[in-house]
Amino acid sequence: MTLRRNFVCVCAVALVLLGLQGAAFAVQPDEMLANPQLESRARVLSEGLRCPVCQNQSIDDSDADLAHDLRVIVRQRLQSGDTDAQVKQYLVDRYGDYVLLEPPFKTSTLVLWLGAPLILLAALGVALVFYRRRQETSEDTQRPLSAEEQKKIAALMDPQDDGRKGTL
Amino acid sequence: MRDTMFLRRLTLFFPMAIFLTLVGFFFYRLVLIEKGNTPNMIPSVMINRPVPVFALPSLISGKPLVASAALKGKVTLIDVFASWCVPCRVEHPLLASIKEAGIALVGINYKDRPEDALLWLEKLGDPYDAIASDRDGRVAIDFGVYGVPESYLIDKQGVIRFKQTGPLTPEDIRDRLLPLAKELNK
Repeated sequence: MTLRRNFVCVCAVALVLLGLQGAAFAVQPDEMLANPQLESRARVLSEGLRCPVCQNQSIDDSDADLAHDLRVIVRQRLQSGDTDAQVKQYLVDRYGDYVLLEPPFKTSTLVLWLGAPLILLAALGVALVFYRRRQETSEDTQRPLSAEEQKKIAALMDPQDDGRKGTL
Repeated sequence: MRDTMFLRRLTLFFPMAIFLTLVGFFFYRLVLIEKGNTPNMIPSVMINRPVPVFALPSLISGKPLVASAALKGKVTLIDVFASWCVPCRVEHPLLASIKEAGIALVGINYKDRPEDALLWLEKLGDPYDAIASDRDGRVAIDFGVYGVPESYLIDKQGVIRFKQTGPLTPEDIRDRLLPLAKELNK
Protein backbone atom coordinates (compact mmCIF):
# COMPACT_ATOMS: atom_id res chain seq x y z
CA MET A 1 0.00 0.00 0.00
CA THR A 2 2.76 2.46 0.98
CA LEU A 3 4.78 1.31 -2.02
CA ARG A 4 1.93 2.17 -4.30
CA ARG A 5 1.47 5.53 -2.65
CA ASN A 6 5.20 6.26 -3.08
CA PHE A 7 4.99 5.37 -6.73
CA VAL A 8 2.08 7.77 -7.23
CA CYS A 9 4.06 10.48 -5.43
CA VAL A 10 7.12 9.99 -7.63
CA CYS A 11 4.98 10.09 -10.75
CA ALA A 12 3.30 13.31 -9.62
CA VAL A 13 6.68 14.97 -8.94
CA ALA A 14 8.02 13.82 -12.30
CA LEU A 15 4.98 15.23 -14.08
CA VAL A 16 5.34 18.58 -12.31
CA LEU A 17 9.05 18.71 -13.20
CA LEU A 18 8.30 17.89 -16.84
CA GLY A 19 5.70 20.64 -16.91
CA LEU A 20 8.20 23.13 -15.49
CA GLN A 21 10.76 22.15 -18.05
CA GLY A 22 8.27 22.70 -20.85
CA ALA A 23 7.47 26.17 -19.54
CA ALA A 24 11.11 27.26 -19.27
CA PHE A 25 11.46 28.91 -22.69
CA ALA A 26 12.41 32.52 -23.14
CA VAL A 27 9.27 33.66 -24.98
CA GLN A 28 7.29 35.99 -22.72
CA PRO A 29 3.50 35.81 -22.66
CA ASP A 30 3.19 39.44 -23.80
CA GLU A 31 5.22 38.67 -26.93
CA MET A 32 2.88 35.93 -28.11
CA LEU A 33 0.44 36.50 -30.93
CA ALA A 34 -3.26 35.94 -30.42
CA ASN A 35 -3.47 34.00 -33.67
CA PRO A 36 -2.23 30.49 -32.75
CA GLN A 37 -1.31 29.69 -36.34
CA LEU A 38 0.93 32.75 -36.68
CA GLU A 39 2.36 32.16 -33.21
CA SER A 40 3.36 28.59 -34.05
CA ARG A 41 4.99 29.80 -37.28
CA ALA A 42 6.85 32.43 -35.24
CA ARG A 43 8.03 29.73 -32.82
CA VAL A 44 9.33 27.49 -35.59
CA LEU A 45 11.04 30.42 -37.31
CA SER A 46 12.68 31.76 -34.19
CA GLU A 47 14.00 28.30 -33.29
CA GLY A 48 16.07 28.47 -36.47
CA LEU A 49 17.35 32.02 -35.92
CA ARG A 50 20.55 32.60 -34.01
CA CYS A 51 20.75 35.22 -31.31
CA PRO A 52 23.71 37.45 -32.33
CA VAL A 53 24.47 38.16 -28.66
CA CYS A 54 24.56 34.62 -27.25
CA GLN A 55 25.60 33.12 -30.59
CA ASN A 56 24.92 29.51 -29.61
CA GLN A 57 21.29 29.96 -28.71
CA SER A 58 18.32 30.54 -30.93
CA ILE A 59 16.33 33.70 -30.33
CA ASP A 60 13.56 31.38 -29.13
CA ASP A 61 15.79 30.13 -26.29
CA SER A 62 17.71 33.27 -25.45
CA ASP A 63 16.87 35.68 -22.66
CA ALA A 64 19.03 38.42 -24.19
CA ASP A 65 17.38 41.77 -24.74
CA LEU A 66 18.19 41.71 -28.45
CA ALA A 67 16.65 38.23 -28.79
CA HIS A 68 13.43 39.63 -27.34
CA ASP A 69 13.50 42.48 -29.88
CA LEU A 70 14.11 40.05 -32.74
CA ARG A 71 11.27 37.76 -31.59
CA VAL A 72 8.95 40.76 -31.62
CA ILE A 73 10.17 41.73 -35.09
CA VAL A 74 9.56 38.18 -36.38
CA ARG A 75 6.00 38.34 -35.07
CA GLN A 76 5.37 41.80 -36.48
CA ARG A 77 6.62 40.75 -39.90
CA LEU A 78 4.37 37.68 -39.84
CA GLN A 79 1.39 39.82 -38.85
CA SER A 80 2.07 42.17 -41.72
CA GLY A 81 1.77 39.19 -44.07
CA ASP A 82 5.40 38.20 -44.69
CA THR A 83 6.18 34.64 -45.76
CA ASP A 84 8.65 32.64 -43.63
CA ALA A 85 11.35 33.22 -46.27
CA GLN A 86 10.73 36.97 -46.22
CA VAL A 87 11.04 37.09 -42.43
CA LYS A 88 14.36 35.23 -42.63
CA GLN A 89 15.58 37.51 -45.40
CA TYR A 90 14.70 40.57 -43.30
CA LEU A 91 17.12 39.41 -40.60
CA VAL A 92 19.76 38.11 -43.03
CA ASP A 93 19.79 41.60 -44.62
CA ARG A 94 20.86 43.00 -41.24
CA TYR A 95 22.93 40.28 -39.61
CA GLY A 96 24.02 38.15 -42.56
CA ASP A 97 23.75 34.37 -42.96
CA TYR A 98 25.13 34.24 -39.44
CA VAL A 99 21.61 34.53 -37.98
CA LEU A 100 20.53 31.32 -39.66
CA LEU A 101 21.30 28.36 -37.42
CA GLU A 102 21.27 26.17 -40.52
CA PRO A 103 23.79 27.61 -42.97
CA PRO A 104 22.46 27.95 -46.55
CA PHE A 105 23.89 25.77 -49.31
CA LYS A 106 25.97 28.00 -51.60
CA THR A 107 29.47 28.24 -53.06
CA SER A 108 31.00 29.68 -49.90
CA THR A 109 29.56 26.80 -47.82
CA LEU A 110 30.34 23.96 -50.25
CA VAL A 111 33.22 22.70 -48.11
CA LEU A 112 31.01 22.82 -45.04
CA TRP A 113 28.18 20.81 -46.60
CA LEU A 114 30.18 18.43 -48.80
CA GLY A 115 33.45 18.14 -46.83
CA ALA A 116 32.32 15.50 -44.38
CA PRO A 117 30.57 13.21 -46.93
CA LEU A 118 33.59 13.48 -49.26
CA ILE A 119 35.99 12.53 -46.47
CA LEU A 120 33.71 9.61 -45.59
CA LEU A 121 33.73 8.45 -49.23
CA ALA A 122 37.52 8.77 -49.40
CA ALA A 123 37.88 6.78 -46.20
CA LEU A 124 35.56 4.07 -47.54
CA GLY A 125 37.65 3.96 -50.74
CA VAL A 126 40.88 3.53 -48.78
CA ALA A 127 39.28 0.84 -46.61
CA LEU A 128 38.09 -1.03 -49.72
CA VAL A 129 41.56 -1.01 -51.31
CA PHE A 130 43.11 -2.13 -48.04
CA TYR A 131 40.59 -4.97 -47.65
CA ARG A 132 41.09 -6.18 -51.27
CA ARG A 133 44.85 -6.26 -50.81
CA ARG A 134 44.60 -8.22 -47.61
CA GLN A 135 42.35 -10.73 -49.29
CA GLU A 136 44.88 -11.18 -52.12
CA THR A 137 47.74 -11.84 -49.71
CA SER A 138 45.66 -14.28 -47.69
CA GLU A 139 44.84 -16.22 -50.87
CA ASP A 140 48.59 -16.31 -51.47
CA THR A 141 49.31 -17.90 -48.10
CA GLN A 142 46.60 -20.56 -48.54
CA ARG A 143 48.54 -22.23 -51.39
CA PRO A 144 49.84 -25.67 -50.25
CA LEU A 145 53.60 -26.02 -49.79
CA SER A 146 55.64 -27.28 -52.70
CA ALA A 147 57.73 -30.49 -52.42
CA GLU A 148 60.91 -28.47 -52.08
CA GLU A 149 59.48 -26.39 -49.25
CA GLN A 150 58.32 -29.57 -47.49
CA LYS A 151 61.86 -30.94 -47.72
CA LYS A 152 63.36 -27.75 -46.25
CA ILE A 153 60.99 -27.90 -43.30
CA ALA A 154 61.72 -31.59 -42.72
CA ALA A 155 65.46 -30.81 -42.67
CA LEU A 156 64.96 -27.97 -40.20
CA MET A 157 62.87 -30.17 -37.93
CA ASP A 158 65.28 -33.11 -38.03
CA PRO A 159 66.30 -33.87 -34.38
CA GLN A 160 69.52 -35.56 -35.54
CA ASP A 161 70.69 -32.44 -37.30
CA ASP A 162 72.35 -29.89 -35.01
CA GLY A 163 72.71 -27.39 -37.84
CA ARG A 164 76.40 -27.98 -38.54
CA LYS A 165 75.91 -30.33 -41.47
CA GLY A 166 74.83 -27.48 -43.69
CA THR A 167 71.81 -29.20 -45.20
CA LEU A 168 70.37 -25.87 -46.26
CA MET B 1 59.53 -3.96 -56.32
CA ARG B 2 61.66 -1.36 -54.60
CA ASP B 3 59.27 1.36 -55.80
CA THR B 4 56.26 -0.24 -54.15
CA MET B 5 58.27 -0.66 -50.95
CA PHE B 6 59.05 3.03 -51.06
CA LEU B 7 55.38 3.92 -51.60
CA ARG B 8 54.38 1.72 -48.67
CA ARG B 9 56.87 3.46 -46.45
CA LEU B 10 55.49 6.78 -47.61
CA THR B 11 51.95 5.89 -46.51
CA LEU B 12 53.33 5.40 -43.00
CA PHE B 13 53.79 9.17 -42.90
CA PHE B 14 50.13 9.78 -43.68
CA PRO B 15 48.96 10.23 -40.06
CA MET B 16 51.89 12.56 -39.47
CA ALA B 17 50.92 14.64 -42.51
CA ILE B 18 47.31 14.90 -41.31
CA PHE B 19 48.51 15.89 -37.85
CA LEU B 20 50.78 18.60 -39.22
CA THR B 21 47.96 19.94 -41.42
CA LEU B 22 45.75 20.26 -38.36
CA VAL B 23 48.54 21.98 -36.43
CA GLY B 24 48.78 24.42 -39.34
CA PHE B 25 45.04 25.16 -39.26
CA PHE B 26 44.97 25.70 -35.50
CA PHE B 27 48.03 27.90 -35.63
CA TYR B 28 46.49 30.01 -38.40
CA ARG B 29 43.35 30.46 -36.30
CA LEU B 30 45.45 31.51 -33.30
CA VAL B 31 47.24 34.12 -35.40
CA LEU B 32 43.86 35.47 -36.52
CA ILE B 33 42.71 35.73 -32.90
CA GLU B 34 45.94 37.58 -32.06
CA LYS B 35 45.01 40.04 -34.78
CA GLY B 36 41.62 40.59 -33.18
CA ASN B 37 39.59 38.35 -35.48
CA THR B 38 37.93 36.26 -32.76
CA PRO B 39 35.40 33.56 -33.62
CA ASN B 40 32.56 35.48 -31.94
CA MET B 41 32.97 38.40 -34.38
CA ILE B 42 30.06 38.41 -36.76
CA PRO B 43 31.20 39.53 -40.22
CA SER B 44 29.06 42.55 -41.05
CA VAL B 45 26.94 42.45 -44.17
CA MET B 46 26.53 46.21 -44.00
CA ILE B 47 29.98 47.06 -45.36
CA ASN B 48 29.67 48.77 -48.80
CA ARG B 49 25.93 49.10 -48.38
CA PRO B 50 24.11 52.43 -48.13
CA VAL B 51 23.28 53.52 -44.63
CA PRO B 52 19.81 52.32 -43.50
CA VAL B 53 17.16 54.99 -43.89
CA PHE B 54 16.21 56.50 -40.54
CA ALA B 55 14.85 59.67 -38.97
CA LEU B 56 15.00 59.75 -35.20
CA PRO B 57 14.24 62.46 -32.66
CA SER B 58 17.25 64.23 -31.27
CA LEU B 59 18.30 63.27 -27.75
CA ILE B 60 18.59 66.95 -26.92
CA SER B 61 15.11 68.41 -26.99
CA GLY B 62 14.48 71.31 -29.35
CA LYS B 63 17.00 70.11 -31.93
CA PRO B 64 15.85 68.85 -35.36
CA LEU B 65 15.39 65.17 -36.25
CA VAL B 66 18.55 63.22 -36.91
CA ALA B 67 18.08 61.64 -40.35
CA SER B 68 20.11 59.46 -42.67
CA ALA B 69 19.45 61.88 -45.57
CA ALA B 70 21.62 64.52 -43.83
CA LEU B 71 24.66 62.22 -43.79
CA LYS B 72 25.57 62.71 -47.45
CA GLY B 73 28.38 65.03 -48.43
CA LYS B 74 30.72 64.44 -45.50
CA VAL B 75 32.60 61.55 -43.96
CA THR B 76 30.74 60.62 -40.78
CA LEU B 77 31.27 58.24 -37.91
CA ILE B 78 28.04 56.89 -36.49
CA ASP B 79 28.61 55.77 -32.92
CA VAL B 80 25.98 53.61 -31.22
CA PHE B 81 26.25 54.09 -27.47
CA ALA B 82 24.30 53.90 -24.22
CA SER B 83 24.80 55.24 -20.72
CA TRP B 84 24.36 51.70 -19.30
CA CYS B 85 27.16 50.33 -21.48
CA VAL B 86 30.48 50.06 -19.66
CA PRO B 87 32.81 49.74 -22.70
CA CYS B 88 31.19 52.92 -24.10
CA ARG B 89 32.67 54.77 -21.17
CA VAL B 90 36.12 53.45 -22.14
CA GLU B 91 35.67 54.55 -25.74
CA HIS B 92 34.13 57.95 -24.97
CA PRO B 93 37.31 60.03 -24.31
CA LEU B 94 38.75 58.87 -27.66
CA LEU B 95 35.90 60.31 -29.72
CA ALA B 96 37.29 63.85 -29.48
CA SER B 97 40.37 62.80 -31.46
CA ILE B 98 38.11 61.52 -34.26
CA LYS B 99 36.30 64.83 -34.46
CA GLU B 100 39.60 66.69 -34.51
CA ALA B 101 40.55 64.71 -37.62
CA GLY B 102 37.65 66.30 -39.46
CA ILE B 103 35.15 63.44 -39.23
CA ALA B 104 31.55 64.34 -38.43
CA LEU B 105 30.38 62.50 -35.33
CA VAL B 106 26.78 61.31 -35.03
CA GLY B 107 25.69 59.40 -31.95
CA ILE B 108 22.83 56.92 -31.76
CA ASN B 109 21.75 56.60 -28.16
CA TYR B 110 20.64 52.96 -27.99
CA LYS B 111 17.81 51.77 -25.72
CA ASP B 112 18.53 54.37 -23.12
CA ARG B 113 16.50 56.72 -20.95
CA PRO B 114 17.13 60.25 -22.31
CA GLU B 115 17.65 61.63 -18.82
CA ASP B 116 20.34 58.99 -18.12
CA ALA B 117 22.05 59.70 -21.44
CA LEU B 118 22.02 63.46 -20.86
CA LEU B 119 23.48 63.03 -17.39
CA TRP B 120 26.19 60.76 -18.81
CA LEU B 121 27.11 63.35 -21.45
CA GLU B 122 27.09 66.13 -18.88
CA LYS B 123 29.59 64.20 -16.80
CA LEU B 124 31.84 62.90 -19.58
CA GLY B 125 31.46 65.63 -22.20
CA ASP B 126 29.53 65.70 -25.48
CA PRO B 127 31.75 65.33 -28.55
CA TYR B 128 28.83 64.59 -30.91
CA ASP B 129 27.59 66.85 -33.70
CA ALA B 130 24.16 65.30 -33.35
CA ILE B 131 22.66 62.55 -31.21
CA ALA B 132 19.67 60.45 -32.21
CA SER B 133 17.56 58.80 -29.58
CA ASP B 134 16.77 55.19 -30.55
CA ARG B 135 14.68 54.16 -27.57
CA ASP B 136 13.27 50.91 -28.94
CA GLY B 137 16.53 49.99 -30.73
CA ARG B 138 14.85 49.43 -34.09
CA VAL B 139 17.19 51.67 -36.08
CA ALA B 140 20.16 49.95 -34.44
CA ILE B 141 18.76 46.59 -35.60
CA ASP B 142 18.57 48.01 -39.15
CA PHE B 143 22.30 48.68 -38.79
CA GLY B 144 22.88 45.12 -37.57
CA VAL B 145 23.93 46.22 -34.09
CA TYR B 146 24.35 43.38 -31.60
CA GLY B 147 26.76 44.71 -29.01
CA VAL B 148 27.21 48.35 -28.06
CA PRO B 149 29.37 50.29 -28.60
CA GLU B 150 29.41 49.89 -32.36
CA SER B 151 30.71 52.40 -34.86
CA TYR B 152 30.17 52.80 -38.59
CA LEU B 153 32.24 55.00 -40.88
CA ILE B 154 30.10 56.47 -43.66
CA ASP B 155 31.60 57.93 -46.85
CA LYS B 156 30.40 61.06 -48.66
CA GLN B 157 27.91 59.06 -50.72
CA GLY B 158 26.30 57.69 -47.58
CA VAL B 159 27.80 54.20 -47.92
CA ILE B 160 29.08 52.26 -44.89
CA ARG B 161 32.80 51.61 -45.34
CA PHE B 162 33.92 50.35 -41.95
CA LYS B 163 32.33 48.78 -38.92
CA GLN B 164 33.65 48.15 -35.47
CA THR B 165 31.83 46.05 -32.89
CA GLY B 166 32.96 46.91 -29.41
CA PRO B 167 34.89 49.97 -28.28
CA LEU B 168 37.33 51.67 -30.63
CA THR B 169 40.87 51.56 -29.25
CA PRO B 170 43.53 54.23 -29.85
CA GLU B 171 45.22 51.72 -32.23
CA ASP B 172 41.99 51.16 -34.20
CA ILE B 173 41.58 54.90 -34.60
CA ARG B 174 45.21 55.54 -35.54
CA ASP B 175 45.77 52.54 -37.82
CA ARG B 176 42.41 51.92 -39.43
CA LEU B 177 39.82 54.62 -38.93
CA LEU B 178 41.83 57.80 -39.61
CA PRO B 179 43.72 56.46 -42.68
CA LEU B 180 40.43 55.25 -44.20
CA ALA B 181 38.70 58.55 -43.46
CA LYS B 182 41.59 60.41 -45.09
CA GLU B 183 41.21 58.22 -48.16
CA LEU B 184 37.43 58.84 -48.27
CA ASN B 185 37.89 62.60 -47.82
CA LYS B 186 39.99 62.92 -50.98
